[in-house]
Amino acid sequence: MRISVGHLYPGYLNIYADRGNIAVLERRAALRGHALEVRPIGIGEQPDLAGFDLLYVGGGQDREQALVAPDLVERAEAIQSANASGVALLAVCGGYQLLGRSYRGRDGSVMPGVGLFPHETVAGTARMIGDVLLECELEDGETRELAGFENHIGRTLLDPGAAPLGRVLFGFGNDGESGLEGCRVGRAIGTYLHGPLLPRNPWLADWLLAQALAHSSNGEPITLEPLADRLEASAFRVAAERARKRGGQR
Amino acid sequence: MGVRLETEALVARGVGALSRAAGRGGGTTLPGKLLWKLDPGAIDALARRLPQGVALVSATNGKTTTTAMAARILGSRARLAWNQSGANLLSGLASELVTARHAELGLFEVDEGALPEATARLRPRVMALSNLFRDQLDRYGELELVAERWRAAVSVLPVETTLVVNADDPIVGSLADDRVHALRFGLDDPRQARPALQHAADSKYCIRCGTPYEYEAAYVGHLGDYSCPACGHARSRLDVAARDIELRGLHASRFRIESPTGAVDVELSLPGLYNVYNATAAASLSLALGATLDDVRGGLEAFSAAFGRFERIPTGGRTVVVLLVKNPAGANEVLRTLETGVPPVLVLALNDAIADGQDVSWIWDVDFEPLLPHVANVIVSGERAAELGLRLLYGGLSEERLEVEPSLERALDHGLALVEAGTDLVVLPTYTAMLALREILAARGLVRPYWEGERP
Repeated sequence: MRISVGHLYPGYLNIYADRGNIAVLERRAALRGHALEVRPIGIGEQPDLAGFDLLYVGGGQDREQALVAPDLVERAEAIQSANASGVALLAVCGGYQLLGRSYRGRDGSVMPGVGLFPHETVAGTARMIGDVLLECELEDGETRELAGFENHIGRTLLDPGAAPLGRVLFGFGNDGESGLEGCRVGRAIGTYLHGPLLPRNPWLADWLLAQALAHSSNGEPITLEPLADRLEASAFRVAAERARKRGGQR
Repeated sequence: MGVRLETEALVARGVGALSRAAGRGGGTTLPGKLLWKLDPGAIDALARRLPQGVALVSATNGKTTTTAMAARILGSRARLAWNQSGANLLSGLASELVTARHAELGLFEVDEGALPEATARLRPRVMALSNLFRDQLDRYGELELVAERWRAAVSVLPVETTLVVNADDPIVGSLADDRVHALRFGLDDPRQARPALQHAADSKYCIRCGTPYEYEAAYVGHLGDYSCPACGHARSRLDVAARDIELRGLHASRFRIESPTGAVDVELSLPGLYNVYNATAAASLSLALGATLDDVRGGLEAFSAAFGRFERIPTGGRTVVVLLVKNPAGANEVLRTLETGVPPVLVLALNDAIADGQDVSWIWDVDFEPLLPHVANVIVSGERAAELGLRLLYGGLSEERLEVEPSLERALDHGLALVEAGTDLVVLPTYTAMLALREILAARGLVRPYWEGERP
């Protein structure tokens, strides 16, 4: 089957190796006989977002984020209705912040966001940098671990009752206090974890592909045939070990 | 100050010798750390004793090499206090100032983040700033934060200081905008330009209006001859330019340096366009300090390589060629030098200590793809070998050609066994992997520890 991916602002938001995540999705789809087609979406370009099966928003430095923010906010309705119609989405770091309701800078200025994720982000005083290990339960009764790296000064506060991506085992997470990391709304996932995230966490790549395939086929998410993932497992082990040893330390 | 300073310096020197005697490496920063603790103001006073003053060099990439090249150029004219080992925080500078007692000129590479304090304390006569790339975001923060620190550093420079900048870097070039004494250098040879900006290019949007720059020529990362189609912000006229550049694979390069006082042809026994940048930076810095073009040529042609950056180490009928990689821009240039003669076997070693960057995501911003189809075997090593292996598999390397061997020593030996006698084994390590590799080779008697290295 064909999986159509809309990659928002790859020229601006590409800092934490976002192309690694895309490469993983491409290869894992191909190994199961599906063709991933990635279309870059630049400032001012107006493709129908609900026509994609998966949207991707990466992270950028502050300057690049500020350059794309107004364009992204104009798409707020389109992104929300794509999400409501079952389009999958992965947003990392800066993209995760921009898709929330707002970002309050240290000078008190408030930058509005897309409002897909029920959270507000407030600039903190010390950066939260280091390896992270999460425990996730995206499907009831199936707990999985996720290893990544975080580097953010924004403290992201989820609304009461909002679903996180996972619980922090080691590291800072959304705000360094709540013990929660990331956010999930339907088939949309937002997270601070980069590194990039998907190469060493192939189960999440497969989860996203299954959601995208469900949208593409107008059906339910299927279970993808497992791959050997030996090197992936060994990369995960080392990263998880790093988080246990040095995650969440300033 | 006098007696106290002498006593402090004496104690600090003693500590360095003790540290070496105790086998704790070179003791390169220990005396400085002690002095720094005893009396931070001491380095200001020690610097002011240097009759020819101080010159500083900073950059994301190339500071060690640029400073070492300048040391070759200037070393015949003045006795140097030079932080050759690359200890480039204030404590490292303090150590060098303490131990180089009869020095006339201070020549220091400075960590990007330490630049404001170094400029305030040392009040340099000349300061050379070369480039800003994304680098170890977990350690330095975003590029814009480093740029902000550099603006602060430049703002406290004495008005008589000559600021040497790389005009090919939009942010760095703009630092010289309001300076009375400035020297702008760059490359000027469109034949050497890249067809497009590389994937991870930084600073590609106009620093004044945010529009993407157009490039007449992009040389290394975002460095090049740029102009903004909207507001017209463009590269300044070059005072010192490298022209007629000829690259000779992994071995050498040739180019002409043109300056306000004339031109000189240089043959450099280092590969890569990035080293032409380093040489042009070193030449500009040296000219600003009063060196002649003959000094520049002599120094650059006598230069072999800075510690660990590019080394050829003969071992058992083969040669280990070590090229340090530490961030996307630097790694891309190293890979580019391999393009003309792709080695059959490549060893890549990725560690994630603080000095390497704990965040290894940068390997995904490196353009390995063009090289991979031409390499027969790749051995990935170091503590994050598996991550690097994944990077290459997703980059198109087939599994049969990839070996994952976290032990550096075994990776080296496997690599040596795979290359034919009389040929090179190319090894690309990150910083601490490079130190570990040198230790392995030193234990086999093949390289000298760096603190025993030769001084010009």
